[in-house]
Amino acid sequence: MAVYSVRRQVTMTILAWIVGLAIFFPILWMVLTSFKTELDAFSTPPQFLFFHWTLENYAEVQERSHYFHHALNSIILSFGSTLVALLFAIPAAWGMAFSPTKRTRSTLLWMLSTKMMPPVGVLVPIYLIFRDLGMLDSRFGLIMVLFLGNLPIVVWMLYTYFKEIPRDILEAARMDGATIGKEIIYILAPMAIPGIASTVLLNVILAWNEAFWTLNLTTSEAAPLTTFIASYSSPEGLFWAKLSAASTLAIAPIMVLGWFSQKQLVRGLTFGAVK
Amino acid sequence: MATRQSTFLGRILAAPSILVLFLWMIVPLGMTIWFSLLRYNLLDPGNESFIGALNYEYFLTDPAFFTALGNTLLLVGSVLLITIVGGILVALLMDQPIFGQGVVRLFIIAPFFVMPTVSALVWKNLLMHPVSGLFAWIATSLGFQPVDWFSNAPLFSVILIVAWQWLPFAALILLTALQSLDGEQKEAAQMDGVGPFSFFFYIVLPHLARAITVVILIETIFLLSVFAEIFVTTGGGPGLATTNIAFLVYAQALLQYDVGGASAGGIVAVVLANIVAAFMVRLIGKNLEA
Repeated sequence: MAVYSVRRQVTMTILAWIVGLAIFFPILWMVLTSFKTELDAFSTPPQFLFFHWTLENYAEVQERSHYFHHALNSIILSFGSTLVALLFAIPAAWGMAFSPTKRTRSTLLWMLSTKMMPPVGVLVPIYLIFRDLGMLDSRFGLIMVLFLGNLPIVVWMLYTYFKEIPRDILEAARMDGATIGKEIIYILAPMAIPGIASTVLLNVILAWNEAFWTLNLTTSEAAPLTTFIASYSSPEGLFWAKLSAASTLAIAPIMVLGWFSQKQLVRGLTFGAVK
Repeated sequence: MATRQSTFLGRILAAPSILVLFLWMIVPLGMTIWFSLLRYNLLDPGNESFIGALNYEYFLTDPAFFTALGNTLLLVGSVLLITIVGGILVALLMDQPIFGQGVVRLFIIAPFFVMPTVSALVWKNLLMHPVSGLFAWIATSLGFQPVDWFSNAPLFSVILIVAWQWLPFAALILLTALQSLDGEQKEAAQMDGVGPFSFFFYIVLPHLARAITVVILIETIFLLSVFAEIFVTTGGGPGLATTNIAFLVYAQALLQYDVGGASAGGIVAVVLANIVAAFMVRLIGKNLEA
């Protein structure tokens, strides 16, 4: 439609880019700083583009602080907890979507309500249980906590996706004599894969950025990137460039995943209330 | 089509999830309630004794609790205000015909994917640092005195960081809702000569009401538990200036080892969150029927 004048479009474009860049600026500035020497990073007036570009921070972050150890932990924790959550949630969501009972709705809402419990409400007992079982700073323990924390979201998301699979197809397959096993493998799985994939994506993002349990239950061995970055808050010297390099590495992979998942994000985070 | 057999199967399939969630909810919560009734300090092991509601009395009459409660409410309220108003403006802007919309959209959602510890430290050290921060440089260039954000306006600084993280969430959801506005309704309003302001207040805003409610509820749930941003920037200080309920409970448990007191605080936090959760569950439940 040509109702909009070109002038208006240009004005809006300029405005939108200014707003977008302003919101994005802290990230951009962090990435730029990560390529500076520590001296340039601290200089006033700040150097915007014409500084001595260097990769030394990236090299040093790895050498001094075992960056990859923590990155690996982040990967293990986020994918591990997501995988366990799927093992539990796929059958549950399948059951609730395809053979709902009178209580399905209240069960779903109850699951949701567990997500609303503030973590500090159970910090003390979880910490003590972990201490007594020797699970402080263990990957296994943290995977369990992250899995349980996100299970309600995973069930919910899968439920809303499974619910959209047309039932007629299932009935037709049953008429043709498909067993439940065949029904799942040949009919449901292919239709459910997009939904499962976006659930995985969102859950990995949430687990990757989780910063209450990871900060409280890990110190070094199982510490993911959230805890690793937090160690830069201690005021020993000014390592802005190294902090920026470590931060850039920590958020880059998830930023890419996040950008791909932006359509599913709204639905997943609002439990299907806004589509 | 749900036969009795498939109903049975459905229950079996859902059972493991329900069971683990039930345990996850009831066991630690039960322990927290039990601990909250004990005199129990990790530095004084073996001397646990039942003291009834005394921990609650201490916690609720402690001036630190009121400070923390005030900070929590101020933090949640301010961030909600900034993200909702900002989110509506951003969403309205993004709904316009603009060149490079996809790229701008990516810029705007980006902060949501940044882990809390990173965003807090980047803001604190690269932007708000009183000597080398970019804000200090801007202030100096304009002839002002640079602000020492975390000393002079600590809670405001935390609010700013948290709001930056949540603005994309609000904007994205409101934009999604905005895009579902009926095009015919727009045209009809235009034909009737409705001005942009009346159009916004009488048509757009009512249409967004539900999405706004969802944003408020979900954000509130997460904002009541803001922790990492405080942990890495101010450690709750100076004094108690940035201590919210979540941080107060953490400090009592893992810094002062007062298990009893911290548990009482934890239960108070749960009660506060439940008030919000009750509204949330009703709202989503209504939607589930439709």
